[in-house]
Amino acid sequence: MVNSGMSDRILMFFIYVSMCLIFAMIALPVLFIVASSFSSVDAVTSGRVYFWPVEFSLQGYEVALQSPSITRSFLMSVFYTAAGTAISVGLTLLAAYPLSRRDLGIRSAVMVFFTVTMFISGGMIPTYLLVRGLRLTDSVWAILLPGALSVWNMILARTYMLTSIPPELFESASIDGCSDWRYFVSVVLPLSVPIIAVIVLYYAVSRWNAFFDAMIYLNDRSLYPFQLVLRSILVQSSGGDFDLSLSEQMNKAALKNLLQYSMIVISTAPILALYPVVQKYFIKGIMVGSLKG
Amino acid sequence: MAFLNFLKKDFSKRWQLYLMLLLPVSHAVIFKYIPMYGITLAFKDFSLRDTMFGGAWVGVKYFRQFLGAPMFWSLLKNTFAITFYSLLAGFPLPIIFALALNEMRSRRVVKTMQTITYAPYFISTVVMVGIILQVLHMRVGMVNNLLDLLGFERIDFMGKVGYFRHIYVWSGVWQSMGFSAVIYIAALAGVDPGLVEASVIDGASRLRKIWHVFLPSIQPTILIQLIFAIGGLMSLGFDKIWLMQNSVVLPVSEVISTFVYKRGLEQRQYSYATAVDLFNAAVNFALLAVANFSSRKIGGASLW
Repeated sequence: MVNSGMSDRILMFFIYVSMCLIFAMIALPVLFIVASSFSSVDAVTSGRVYFWPVEFSLQGYEVALQSPSITRSFLMSVFYTAAGTAISVGLTLLAAYPLSRRDLGIRSAVMVFFTVTMFISGGMIPTYLLVRGLRLTDSVWAILLPGALSVWNMILARTYMLTSIPPELFESASIDGCSDWRYFVSVVLPLSVPIIAVIVLYYAVSRWNAFFDAMIYLNDRSLYPFQLVLRSILVQSSGGDFDLSLSEQMNKAALKNLLQYSMIVISTAPILALYPVVQKYFIKGIMVGSLKG
Repeated sequence: MAFLNFLKKDFSKRWQLYLMLLLPVSHAVIFKYIPMYGITLAFKDFSLRDTMFGGAWVGVKYFRQFLGAPMFWSLLKNTFAITFYSLLAGFPLPIIFALALNEMRSRRVVKTMQTITYAPYFISTVVMVGIILQVLHMRVGMVNNLLDLLGFERIDFMGKVGYFRHIYVWSGVWQSMGFSAVIYIAALAGVDPGLVEASVIDGASRLRKIWHVFLPSIQPTILIQLIFAIGGLMSLGFDKIWLMQNSVVLPVSEVISTFVYKRGLEQRQYSYATAVDLFNAAVNFALLAVANFSSRKIGGASLW
C-alpha cells in the first residue's frame, strides 16, 4: 500500500506537469498573436513582441476595417453560412425523419442508397465538371448546393429520432388522424431540438471555414467568401488584386505582419464568441455519434 | 412484380414520406451519383469541350502513365510518410490525454483543460496555416523571438525541407488533440464504477487501474478509431498541405491530392487526374478493408 501510494503521487505529479505544458503550448501562441495584433508596427517588425502588446496600437484593425474587399467578403461569408446551413439542415431533416420511421417499406433501400455515397465518391474532377456542366460556376449556387447534404449528419439525426422518440407516440397520434407531415412538424421537430442544434453547428462551422469550392468555382471577386481573402493575406502574403488600398497596404512590408495578426484575430473572434454554446452541443453530438458506433 | 406491388402499397400508405425524401434523394443523385459515373473519365480520352459523358474509351492508358511516371514513387512516399507520421503522433496522444484527464479530481481543472484543448479545432485551415506561418516566422515569429532572446540563431522553419513534416504533423496534433480526446472521454465516463471500486479495494495503484480497468474498457472505441485512421492512411486532406506548400518544400510536400488538383484543375488533364484520384481511392478502400478484417480477427470490433 505504501508503495502504491508513492507511485500514485509520482504519476499525479507527471499528469499535472504535462497538463501545465499542454496549457502553455496552446495558450502561448494565441497570446502572442493577440498581443502582436495590438502592438505597433515598429514593435512587431523588430521582433520585440512576446506575450503582451508593445506600444499599444490599433493600426492593423484600422487598415482591415477600411478595406472594402475585407468587409464585403466577410458579409458574403455570413450569407453563405446562413443560407448554406438552412439548406443543409432542411435536406438533412427531410431525409432523416422518413428514414427513422420503421413503417416505411423502402427505408433500408434508401439507407443503403445514402450510405454508398460515404464510401464511393466521384472525386474532385467529375464533381467540378458536373458543376460546370450545370452552369453553376460564378454563382452563389456553386457554393450552396454541391456539398449541401452530409450523410454523416443525416445518420446522426436519424439515430437520435430512432432512439429518443418513442414509436408509441406515432401510434396514438395516427389514431387521432395525424398525418405523417403533421406528425413531423408538430411532434418530431420539437422533440429533436438538441440534435438539430448539433447539426446546425456542424454545418455552420464547416460552411464558415470552407474555401475550396469557392476557389475552384468562383472567378467573380465580388462573390468571394472571407476565407479566400484571408488566404491571400495570410498565406500568399499579398493583397491579391482585391482592392487597391489593400494591396497598397500589404506592399508596405512593415504593415504586412501587423495586418496578418489582426486578420487572424478578426476571423476567429466570431467563433470564439460562440464557443461556449458550440462546445456544449458539439460534445453532445459526438456522444450521439458514438452511441451508434 | 411482387416488388412493384409492394412499392405501390407502401407508397399509397406513406406517400407523404416519399414526397419528403424526394428532395434529398434527388440531391444525392445529382451531386453524388452522377459524379460517380464521371469516374469513367479515368478510362477515356476526354477533350476540354466534352461533357462528363463524352470521350473515347482508352482502357487503362492513364493508369499506366501514372504508374510509370517519375514522380509516382515520390508522391506515394510523401503521402504515406505524412499520414503515417500523423497517425503515430496523433493517435496515441488523445488516448493518453483522456486517461490522464480522467485521473484528475478537480472538476474545474478538467473542464478548463477540455475547453482550452478543444478550441483550436474550430480554427479554419486557412487561419491555422496563417498562425503556423506567423508563429514560426523567421523575423517576427514567436519561436524565433524566443530563440533570439535566449541567444540562439533564428531558424527559417518554412524554408527548409527537413522541418516540413514535423511542422505539418505537430500543428495537426496541436489543433485536434482535444477534439479527438472527446470520444475517449465519453467512453471513460461510461466505465462501470463498480469495476473501479473493486480494483481500489484490491489495492490497485492508479497506474494499474488505468492499465487493467480503464484501458480495456475503452478498447472497442480505440479499435474503431484505429480502423478509420488506417483506412485514411493514403487519403491526405488537400486543404492544409496545399496551403503550406512553397517552392522550397515542394519535394517533400507534393502528395496525391495536391497532384490531382494541379494536373486536373490547373492543367486541365481531366482524365489523367481522375485516374490518379481513382487509384488513390482504391488503395484507401483496400487499406480500410484490411484494417477492418484484422481488427475483427484480433479485437472483435469492426465496421462491418
